[in-house]
Amino acid sequence: MTWADVGWLVLSVGLFLGFISFVVLFLTYAERKFIGRIQQRLGPMRTGPFGLLQPVADAIKLLSKEDLVPGRADRFLFWIAPLIVFVPAIVIWVSIPFTRDIVIENLELGIFFVLAVMGLSIAGILMAGWSSFNKYAMLGAVRAAAQLISYELPLLVAVLGVVMIAGSLDLQVIVAEQNTVWYIVLQPVAFLLFFTAGLAEVGRTPFDIPMAESELIGGPFVEYSGMHWSMFFMAEYANTFAIAVLTTLLFLGGWRGPAPATGWGQDVMMAFWFLTKASAVILVIFWIRATIPRLRIDQLMSLAWKVLLPLAFANLVMTAFYLFYGWPDWSIVLLSLGLLMATVYGYYVRRRSRLPRPVTVKLRVRQGRIVG
Amino acid sequence: MVAEADLQTVDMLLNMGPQHPSTHGVFRIVLTIDGERIVDAEPHIGYLHRGTEKLCERENYRQIITLFDRLDYVANFNNELVFVMAAEKLMGLEVPERAQFIRVILAELNRISSHMLFYGAFGTDIGVLATPFMYGFRERERIQQLFEAVTGARMMHSYFRVGGVADDLPDGFTAHTRALLDELKRGVQECDRLLTYNEIFLERTVNVGAITGEEAIDFGVSGPVLRASGVPMDVRVAEPYLVYDRFDYEIPLGKNGDCWDRFWVRIEEMRQSIAIVEQALAMMPEGPFQAPVAKFGFVRPPRGDTYARAENPRGDFGVYLVSQGENTPYRVKIRGPSFCNLMALKRMTVGHYIADAVVILGSLDIVLGEVDR
Repeated sequence: MTWADVGWLVLSVGLFLGFISFVVLFLTYAERKFIGRIQQRLGPMRTGPFGLLQPVADAIKLLSKEDLVPGRADRFLFWIAPLIVFVPAIVIWVSIPFTRDIVIENLELGIFFVLAVMGLSIAGILMAGWSSFNKYAMLGAVRAAAQLISYELPLLVAVLGVVMIAGSLDLQVIVAEQNTVWYIVLQPVAFLLFFTAGLAEVGRTPFDIPMAESELIGGPFVEYSGMHWSMFFMAEYANTFAIAVLTTLLFLGGWRGPAPATGWGQDVMMAFWFLTKASAVILVIFWIRATIPRLRIDQLMSLAWKVLLPLAFANLVMTAFYLFYGWPDWSIVLLSLGLLMATVYGYYVRRRSRLPRPVTVKLRVRQGRIVG
Repeated sequence: MVAEADLQTVDMLLNMGPQHPSTHGVFRIVLTIDGERIVDAEPHIGYLHRGTEKLCERENYRQIITLFDRLDYVANFNNELVFVMAAEKLMGLEVPERAQFIRVILAELNRISSHMLFYGAFGTDIGVLATPFMYGFRERERIQQLFEAVTGARMMHSYFRVGGVADDLPDGFTAHTRALLDELKRGVQECDRLLTYNEIFLERTVNVGAITGEEAIDFGVSGPVLRASGVPMDVRVAEPYLVYDRFDYEIPLGKNGDCWDRFWVRIEEMRQSIAIVEQALAMMPEGPFQAPVAKFGFVRPPRGDTYARAENPRGDFGVYLVSQGENTPYRVKIRGPSFCNLMALKRMTVGHYIADAVVILGSLDIVLGEVDR
């Protein structure tokens, strides 16, 4: 390794850290603005034009806050837990390509590496919950452990379908293989599974059960303040962005889109398409957050084990048949749609059997008297 | 691997409140939990006790109205109403018809605004990030602006008087209210569509915290919580007061008595309140808005005692008033519906999950100002 290599590495790592920090800051702003619009308000407006400096103000506030440690907390674990959550959230970006050329270090096992490292953060959350010496934090940590481990499986099995079709774990190759058709067409079930399990993986609504604002008041992070809290916060947003980016790479054709064949224009357009698709996914995540209630822990578990995992395996087996017998592409599309429709049908049957409308009645009152 | 039966497990005490975002004020509940499941629940109240009943024995009748504003602080008009009705009953006072209509309109609008608060808080309890809350508060804001135009205050109105209301309605009240009702209809519809049949919402509320009609009656539960259990009890119909015997409306009844039924009953009640206000606006006569006694405020009910009750947003609100013929009551006993509904909390929560405790508490829609008094 020459000095030039080291210099390039330091520069690119610095650039990416800066980029990720910027993205996280911007995401908090975008989320507040977007959810504000959904809720018929403006969101932040006072700090800078259209409140654009709000994330900066938040960052300054968090930096200047006292970093409290509860009296009976395990100080070492309490101190190190945010780092253990934060580091994997950053490390995964090493092997996530932004365009064909912009990537720090493309790995042949790219998606495997990303998902494996993402799974590490649970250790930090457990440590945070355990060391805080707080029952709410403890409950939240236990919930988080159960949830993340349960949702890891459907997530991975859903990704397997894509990996099998692409024939590689390399994210570059997976995107390159989507030059004719995006995998969302070939693997719609896997797409939905990945997105749902991804939401659960990063603890976004409706799966924000570990944090559960209304029950557990922030779960494992309840005792944290200042910079340590903001590390959890940044990790959460970095992970949310990661899920959006992975969804884009695996299912939405990555940076594919109308672009000039050569030159710098191609790179710019690639980055543009990539970020546009990722932003669209992010907005859907925000939208879900603003309108959907939270599941309960037992419902969350039964969803993972009874619905998502069997579906993921069905998808996997289906894809295996398609590949093994070399069926034409349209067959997998049809099979996927069939699976999807069967799922939706099952959902409607179940919903109709549970819909409480017919059991309620109204009494008519005429001139102050009940008439029936 | 150790079999689960061999593991020594210990129940955990979890103290919820008084500083907790979902206890709707300074309520505290000590949960004994086995993992996520609630084994025992013990409510602790009294953090907001202000001695209202004792204060009533020192203040004169007009001053007491302000105290009643502060009981159920999201249904101020309804509280004031019960107290002035009790005093009027004791004095045998005839209230001008216009005043009665004004009271009905304001009380029903207050019911809508109170249920809108419930809607918002319930949405937050169940885990939606503030969107139902904002929707609910948007509608509340409209109603409160009307209240402000009428009484000059957004919450603590002190507008009802023994013998009528403090002042006549402002100019253009009818037109303003009609426009408001149209907006409210749309608002209720929007709120309804956002949550009521949402899949996760159904998952979280159906068959959660269910209580049968008999049990509800045994606990002394009243209001929407009682009607959600299928008991057709509404003070407006059972013991009509004011001019409630002149309107046509419907009383929604639930069947299972679970959280969803309670939610649905309240949503429907808002629609019925809109219908009542519409009819009241059409029927409201011209004329005096208060009896002469209200103008000068010399309220001295004769020696005796009486009980007045009304259907508040939270249930059957009652006032037992004892007078010795002085300008202050001898004793005022308040029957708060929130307090009585809260008694059923333990029965509803035990056996459910921690997350359900929050939802059940939200579905009871208590206001601590009235629980602790």
